[in-house]
Amino acid sequence: MDIIISNSSEVPIYEQIKEQIKEKILSSELLAGDLLPSIRALAKDLRCSVITTKNAYEELVNEGYVVVVAAKGFYVAEINRQLVYEEQLNKIETLLDSVVNIAKINHIKKETINSLLDILYEEEK
Amino acid sequence: MENILEIKNLSKKYKDFQLKDINIKLPKGMIMGLIGENGAGKTTTIKAILDIIKDYQGEIKVFGLDNRIDEKKIKEDIGVVLDDMFFPEILMPSDIDSIMREIYKNWDSSLYFKYLNDFSLPIKKEIKTLSKGMRKKLEIATCLAHHPKLLILDEPTSGLDPVARNEVIDIFLDFIQNEECSILLSSHITTDLEHIADYITFINQGEILLSKTKDELMEQYGVVKCGLEDFLKIDKNDRLRYKKNRYEYEVLVENKKEFNKKYHMTTIDKMTLEDLMVLMIKGVK
Repeated sequence: MDIIISNSSEVPIYEQIKEQIKEKILSSELLAGDLLPSIRALAKDLRCSVITTKNAYEELVNEGYVVVVAAKGFYVAEINRQLVYEEQLNKIETLLDSVVNIAKINHIKKETINSLLDILYEEEK
Repeated sequence: MENILEIKNLSKKYKDFQLKDINIKLPKGMIMGLIGENGAGKTTTIKAILDIIKDYQGEIKVFGLDNRIDEKKIKEDIGVVLDDMFFPEILMPSDIDSIMREIYKNWDSSLYFKYLNDFSLPIKKEIKTLSKGMRKKLEIATCLAHHPKLLILDEPTSGLDPVARNEVIDIFLDFIQNEECSILLSSHITTDLEHIADYITFINQGEILLSKTKDELMEQYGVVKCGLEDFLKIDKNDRLRYKKNRYEYEVLVENKKEFNKKYHMTTIDKMTLEDLMVLMIKGVK
């Protein structure tokens, strides 16, 4: 499992850890029931504070991506795919909202945006 | 969480220096970095914990025990590296093993020789022939070999090159894998602390300027860089310290997000511990 921490980034380190683990869960690189490294082992390997990794795990637990098993450790939770799907869709809607705003202000046609989307989709493939 | 070390209202007066009302709490399983100028009181505080200096006011508890009443018991479980080497120079690393075996109940010879090996230290060579870095490593090997629960380290990485420093830090991180163990270390090499410390305590002129988790400190504090025009707009209460350079003002702010909301200035840098020290000590209020 790769976790890449940038010390020069403005994003706090705990958030970098959290987001990267989340991504791995969403992309099924980490599966439900997988055991995550312990707070201390992860801090050692990433050379960061124990408090940092603890914060990252606590937030993952709060958001439902990870569960704690007492005296055993942190496991990847069974995620509710439907819920995650809706969350991601919400995210996209918010982003598209600003796209539409910019487009309207600058009188850019819907068709232009659509074709842009098509191009971007093709590139991704 | 239980504290492995607790210092309450520690004060000590010397002719030309005093330690004023030092309060420190170090929870189990954590690393605390002590920062401050030379002569700020870091070593004096450490020596008070170890009961090397006497006649101070206040209370120091280690493992929940009074450091003066239960001194012997406490010292069994503390590993210490002080800035100045305390071994006679004619000894060899192998002699240290024989001596320490008599001193510590838990002395672990095989662990000691393992560290000597890991650090590529000679067993049969007088200490006076060793380089500064090798002596430091020898001290670190010695302080770890009786399975301590608390490490008290005064400048443990000074004199070490970057590769050796890295090795030593790895050993500290290994040590802290046991959540019953803690480390208190002072260091001038603030980048080491920026990585591994859980708490930062900043001592200046015998007083604690701040003591916080490192994450809070690094995420909230920031250094604003701006010209005179922008500088004049900043309310006095919104800045901790400032410094006027040749081409810009450097302003230390306590909460960069709040600051950004209020002033919308473009250049807010992440603060390093070095920035913090320099601006707090040399900057203007």
